[in-house]
Amino acid sequence: MFEHLDAVFLARVQFAFTVSFHFIFPAFSIGLASYLMVLEGLWLKTGRGVYANLYRYWLKIFAVGFGMGVVSGIVLSYQFGTNWSEFSHKAGPVIGPLMGYEVITAFFLEAGFLGVMLFGINKVGKRLHFFATCMVALGTFVSAFWILSVNSWMQTPTGFAMNDQGQFIVDGSWWDVIFNPSFPYRLVHTVTAAYLTTAFAVGGVGAWHLLKDRSNLGARKMFSMAMWMALLVTPIQIFVGDLHGLNTLEHQPVKVLAMEGDFDPSPEGAPLILFGIPDEEAAKVHYKVAIPKLGSLVLKHDLNAPLPGLKDFPRDEWPPVAVVFWSFRIMVAIGFAMLALGICGLIARRRKRLYKSRALHRAAVLMGPAGFVAVIAGWITTEVGRQPYTVYGLMKTVDSASPLDAPAVAASLIAFVVVYSAIFGMGIYYLLRMMASPPHPGEPEPANIPTYAAGITPASSLQATSLNPQGGDHGKS
Amino acid sequence: MESLDLPLIWAGLICFAIFAYVVLDGFDLGVGILSPVLEPGTERDQAINSIAPFWDGNETWLVMGGGGLLAVFPLAYAIILPATYPLMIAMLLGLVFRGAAFEFRWRDPAHQPLWDLIITVGSTVAALAQGITIGAILQGIKVENNAYAGGWLDWLSPFSVLTGVAVVIGYALLGATWLIRKTEGGCHRHAHRLAYWLAIATVLALVAVSAATPFLKDDYWRRWFEMPQVLWTAQVPLLVAICTGVLFWSLKQGRELLPFLMALALFLLGFIGLCISIFPNMIPPSVTLWEAAAPRDSQLFLLVGAVFIIPVILGYTGWAYWVFRGKVGTEGYH
Repeated sequence: MFEHLDAVFLARVQFAFTVSFHFIFPAFSIGLASYLMVLEGLWLKTGRGVYANLYRYWLKIFAVGFGMGVVSGIVLSYQFGTNWSEFSHKAGPVIGPLMGYEVITAFFLEAGFLGVMLFGINKVGKRLHFFATCMVALGTFVSAFWILSVNSWMQTPTGFAMNDQGQFIVDGSWWDVIFNPSFPYRLVHTVTAAYLTTAFAVGGVGAWHLLKDRSNLGARKMFSMAMWMALLVTPIQIFVGDLHGLNTLEHQPVKVLAMEGDFDPSPEGAPLILFGIPDEEAAKVHYKVAIPKLGSLVLKHDLNAPLPGLKDFPRDEWPPVAVVFWSFRIMVAIGFAMLALGICGLIARRRKRLYKSRALHRAAVLMGPAGFVAVIAGWITTEVGRQPYTVYGLMKTVDSASPLDAPAVAASLIAFVVVYSAIFGMGIYYLLRMMASPPHPGEPEPANIPTYAAGITPASSLQATSLNPQGGDHGKS
Repeated sequence: MESLDLPLIWAGLICFAIFAYVVLDGFDLGVGILSPVLEPGTERDQAINSIAPFWDGNETWLVMGGGGLLAVFPLAYAIILPATYPLMIAMLLGLVFRGAAFEFRWRDPAHQPLWDLIITVGSTVAALAQGITIGAILQGIKVENNAYAGGWLDWLSPFSVLTGVAVVIGYALLGATWLIRKTEGGCHRHAHRLAYWLAIATVLALVAVSAATPFLKDDYWRRWFEMPQVLWTAQVPLLVAICTGVLFWSLKQGRELLPFLMALALFLLGFIGLCISIFPNMIPPSVTLWEAAAPRDSQLFLLVGAVFIIPVILGYTGWAYWVFRGKVGTEGYH
């Protein structure tokens, strides 16, 4: 019994590790693909070279990040079977086709058109090239659509029945499965998060180069665009996050109570706990710093609305409270820090100090990775908050795992940690190195990066390919 | 619509995806396996450049195979993957290593020998794991109550190691014949010499696996040698003999494309032989493909998309090969 539990725990750790690692890259790709679309659109509209240069600068980075997303994604597509075979067997008939659609639709759009993006604008003409950029952006979005539909269905399952083998099967329409109750909120919240993640990464890179050279036109442009995004999108994201929270309260109240750290019911209006150390054993929060009634205001939009507590639910239904409590706070804190930076950017802009304020630039560099941290924290909140279930309320995590011994899972976990750290560590180092070189006029097309045909990652040949005869270092803007 | 045997259609589609994967990724894994015997410098660069535009697109078929299996044959997916757990993990890690090394090989010339070594190790491990998996499925998987019921090393046997080695040799042959077609000069001559030896080794491996398979189970024996179906099954070894003859003849003649096509034909015949042995099971000895299939709704829903999109993917894959047709040259494609 104890050993079995151990193998399940290791499998959970393995999934958390590989999915977090993987998710960094798509989160960046979704936002960056749209940013590239905007840059190219602006370039075609205004004819200003700075946009073309920025496009090429970020395209190279996009290509590497995208490739790493694909490589790490392959691992995930097999991990359901290796570590979660019971879940695959039981839930496969419902989630399998959705994931199948994710593979065929997204791959079709992305692989087909990424090649065109990388072949260079001189070969295919401006219109087709811009169309390709738009299709790649759409492809990343379609990918997010399907995979978040699967995730949402696991959180708020609808439109299913059970067959005699204990499998979930579709009852009636796929529409009910795909557009399950939490899906619209999760989709908007996650895609917006991806946009913000990219905005802060771009802003951080821009600020880094402004600190070194205030007159760099490319750096100024990207920093300015990123600051607009931060100012305009962060409030929207906070609003969407609130709606998503209300939706979660409706369908997964236990998760929300764990996020809030509310062990005790609050018939007179719940407080908002700013800080504390949740203690699941004692079912209380130590060193609590709380604002009375505010919790009910946030969750019920009414100061005196009653809220249940975790104690109203059986203990074996509780997720790991401390993890959810903390990851949620990290995510929210970063959200408000993003808002603050956006507002500081606006003030600096009004005072004509957007490109001069070194303090602002330092803060932006510091906030460069913030989006990634927030995305992972949010992911942990929702996934750990779903525990002890894989399919919420219906299938327990302990009943989802493969019949494996702990040593096997432990060995594979160690292998993944070592390999990912080495390989993706190198990859991230290369990405940072690319970001550390300043954008400059006459940014070459990505010729020294691989040119792939049907390609997920743009492939590198030593020199340009048949479709890029100039190649090398003298791309034209 | 009601009369369609969907599991059979899907089994065909998944066989197609797996075979597409073997054909496409087989030659680039093969080039990876062969790279240590190629001279560092132009020879090896030429070889690796010749597969640079293709390898990642090829790998996608593996995701398709896995995704399709989960959606349409969830029971098979849920049994085969835990049953071959260490193999699957090794294959995935091998592919991760290989993909990353491809990326870094050009960006980090200082450590090129190291990246080349990683490409070789990653390719070999992935190929070996795939081959052993085939052997493990052929020799049967222990299933109780719709779940895998064996230990985590059940897949390891002399037979599965034989199929593993056979696949590594076969991929290397695909790689060598691909290089004959795609490269010039020293690399081309070297690949030509290698192809001879690899052709001999591949045929020997194929014969060894074919000879060993009927001894695994009475069922296989009956399937291959009972009248009247022996009249059908006998065509497979006959075609293998013909393809082998053409392969050696084409190498002797110095033909460039024919050896590659013949190597593919040998793989196709081996694959057909595998299907003959297993059908109608999905997991020998006890789970048929109808038992492993998902409910009809799930199969139909994904089939609509697959029928529409797979031809498109084939179309632009073909287009990509057309764009990068001809010799790779020493500087990449021209």
